Amino acid sequence: MTGTSDTTAAAATAAEPLVDLDVVDATLRAALDAGGEWAELFAEDRESASVVFDEGRVEEMNSGRDRGVGIRVTAGEVTGYAHTSDLSAHGLADAARTAAAVATRQSRGGTVDMAPLGRVALAEPRVAVLPASIGAERKVALLRAADDAARSTHEAITQVTARYGESRRRILVANTHGVCAADDQVRTLFSVGCVASGDGGLQTGRETAGYTVGWELFDDHDPAELAERAAQRAVTKLAARPAPSGEVPVVIARGGGGVLFHEACGHGLEADLVRKGASVFAGRVGSQVAASGVTLVDDGTMGPEWGALAIDDEGHPAQRNELISDGVLTDYMWDWLRSRDEGRVPSGNGRRQSYTHLPMVRMTNTFVTNGDVDPADIIADTPWGVYVAHLGGGQVNTATGDFVFGMTESYLIEDGVITEPLREGNLIGNGPQVLLDIDALGNDFAMGSPGTCGKDGQGVPVGDGQPTLRVRALTVGGTAS
Amino acid sequence: MSERRQYDTEQLAQLARQVCEHAQGSEQIEVCVSTGRSTTVRAYNGDVESLRSGHSAAIGVRVISHGRQGFASAGSLDADVVADTLAAARSNVEFGEPDPHQALAEPDDVAPPGLDLSDPAVLSVPDADKIAAAIDLERRCLSADPRISGVRVAAWSDGWSQSALASSTGICVQSEHGSCSVGAQPLATDGDETQIGYAGDAAWRPDELDIDRVVTESTSQATGQLGATKPPSERVTVVLAPPVAAAFIGVVASVLAADSVLKGRSPFADRVGEQIADERLHLVDDPTDPTTLGAANFDGEGLAARRNELISAGVLSGFLHNAYTARRSDTVSTGSAVRGTRSVPGVGTHAPVVATGNVAADKLYASVGDGVLVRGVSGLHSGVNPTSGDFSVGAWGHWIAGGQLAGPFREATIASTLQRMLLGICGIGATAEPLAGGMSMPPLVIADVALSGV
Repeated sequence: MTGTSDTTAAAATAAEPLVDLDVVDATLRAALDAGGEWAELFAEDRESASVVFDEGRVEEMNSGRDRGVGIRVTAGEVTGYAHTSDLSAHGLADAARTAAAVATRQSRGGTVDMAPLGRVALAEPRVAVLPASIGAERKVALLRAADDAARSTHEAITQVTARYGESRRRILVANTHGVCAADDQVRTLFSVGCVASGDGGLQTGRETAGYTVGWELFDDHDPAELAERAAQRAVTKLAARPAPSGEVPVVIARGGGGVLFHEACGHGLEADLVRKGASVFAGRVGSQVAASGVTLVDDGTMGPEWGALAIDDEGHPAQRNELISDGVLTDYMWDWLRSRDEGRVPSGNGRRQSYTHLPMVRMTNTFVTNGDVDPADIIADTPWGVYVAHLGGGQVNTATGDFVFGMTESYLIEDGVITEPLREGNLIGNGPQVLLDIDALGNDFAMGSPGTCGKDGQGVPVGDGQPTLRVRALTVGGTAS
Repeated sequence: MSERRQYDTEQLAQLARQVCEHAQGSEQIEVCVSTGRSTTVRAYNGDVESLRSGHSAAIGVRVISHGRQGFASAGSLDADVVADTLAAARSNVEFGEPDPHQALAEPDDVAPPGLDLSDPAVLSVPDADKIAAAIDLERRCLSADPRISGVRVAAWSDGWSQSALASSTGICVQSEHGSCSVGAQPLATDGDETQIGYAGDAAWRPDELDIDRVVTESTSQATGQLGATKPPSERVTVVLAPPVAAAFIGVVASVLAADSVLKGRSPFADRVGEQIADERLHLVDDPTDPTTLGAANFDGEGLAARRNELISAGVLSGFLHNAYTARRSDTVSTGSAVRGTRSVPGVGTHAPVVATGNVAADKLYASVGDGVLVRGVSGLHSGVNPTSGDFSVGAWGHWIAGGQLAGPFREATIASTLQRMLLGICGIGATAEPLAGGMSMPPLVIADVALSGV
């Protein structure tokens, strides 16, 4: 299902700065004149659309538009931030002065030079067909096909919800150190959720495909196939027995559990948490923090994964950052503020939910690289345990490293063979301990489902992945003895 | 791009009505408009870490034509944006599919509670005082206990919002209110071990914030967890501390929303009039109490907010409805439409309240004998399936041994199903403890829950 290329149109639209560069320059100068030592303008124009297909019909068709600017001003350790949807020169100057007002608490006074902005460094377009260029009837047709496919999979399927979503986020970032960059970030997502009804009650199954691509998403992902997998997952769980309770060897299927590392150590490697002593990984660079063979990477350049970007929300190019190499902690993730304090360059991890938010250190696509074990051997070598095909969301206490995440599809392993499906439950573990307890790492790496990472009230899109692996012991929060 | 215009609520209502007047023939239009301003201050190391402030505006337009619904929203009230948003909502209608029950709410003659929620106190707080409040919160946490080694977050936030909702069916309501909040995340350290706590409060007025409770609760959480160990796996009686009880009740209330029921996604469908919980449990949704931040005069469709009984003596009284689910269920709306300006109305609670029981605070642990006090949970979003009722969340807290509170545990889960937990309630505290936002909740005692650890 390939549409005509709309790349040229996308590039042309993105090439027009969201805010005239003369206005950007004047705004930043206003912030410095008001006492700031450094200033940044972040402009954002976001368009989104979604269609919800529920109970066999289009239930909702929504669209949204947001434009605004956030001005950040720093002096010493103090940051002032003001956001506005008034993009006039007057409105931006007002915001700049508001942001600068608090920063003057630590201003050293004197004149601060401002580097010339030059021209906007525009990221290369990465989308073949802008989703907004596709008629709504084609989107509805895909949703209907998914609904039909799910319902015809099994008579136990009683409800199907299919969702289509698209977003286009154009940003411009400029600061008084001469950064002036723009990006055009497009994301397209399709998901199907099914409810199956049986003697044991209701069970659910979900499948999602989401990438930083346009309508070409559907060249590689058939909504009907997604729907069938979601339906099968729900039906399988009708026969599920209660999950065990207590410490159990856990095998996690490839691509199904990258969230383990997102929670177990990813957040703890964010420099803002490390700096405040709120990470169990603080002060451990150079130490063995994971089993040998474990290499953890955060890679914002990994298109077309959900967390990919050309520049972060501070205007710095996305990077591939190796955080753990063969079990040894090599580095943290950095935004501008935290890297400034350490006298180093940012790692492309400064992100924000929208122009109304301050940026902070965030992950992009976080994953563990391949090991060398055949995944079939990992299962065969497990006398008894739990096989997790798919994990849901999770949560971590970064100070202790204790984390939880939900098993949305899991099975018992008995005598080296995957057997009965298990009911849903949470796994709980301690990040540093789990990293050391990885005792088998497969050679079948895959990325997982798109996710939204929440931190301090801000949500940003992220990806994660891993090969099939085994953790010697994790606590399964089931109800069976 | 035009410069930002200031609106009062009457002007917002006028703008909303003007858009609704574009309705043609049998077309229905509902318009929600809002403006707001907010400030957040974070303190660190005795000074401001950041001060963030801003203004916002938003419009959401819902169009229903021949049973088909379209919705569009935008973050501006500029005239061209308003026109574009109406056009987009109409365009979205074209691809909807007819549902005979789909229509806007009609005025139902139920009188709103008449609450005065527009206290302007928060508007008169200068930035210097907000900064001082955040810095003082950090200082108080640091001095609360010698083991407090730092404060990851000490924050003050406030906001003021004005909104209006009008529809072509004759509804036109408006509101304005302010609120403020504080939150702290102190760190406690003992040797190589670090623990983190959290507590916050929110109120209509700055002088209603309970800073003492925030300091005491957040620092005692952090210090109380020092030395915590992983428990053995066993079935236990659990005491849900009030904040955890509130989270649990929030999940229960969400599955009593009629949209979940109508779509076959609630384990309590078809069970009205049946015993779904222990007879000690009485649950109402009460937005008419002005002391809580859940108070409201109107719901998300402009109908009067009202008190709704959900569970009485353990018997399911009924479900929460908005106009759509009510029409489809051949009943009336319970005034339970919940929404933001930029989303279509769903169904939910405003302010769920559990009636206190008869277990005196000083007899609570004795009534349990041996069990655990759960002070915090994690993974509520990932470990609770509101369709199947499966419930499994990370838990931390303290042992209860011989009727006394004992040492701390961590890295554990508690698991059951919502259905079994409701029936397993075996005690409710006689005292409701204050929570953030003016809410309060008694502790809940639940028997036979699976505790998973070692």
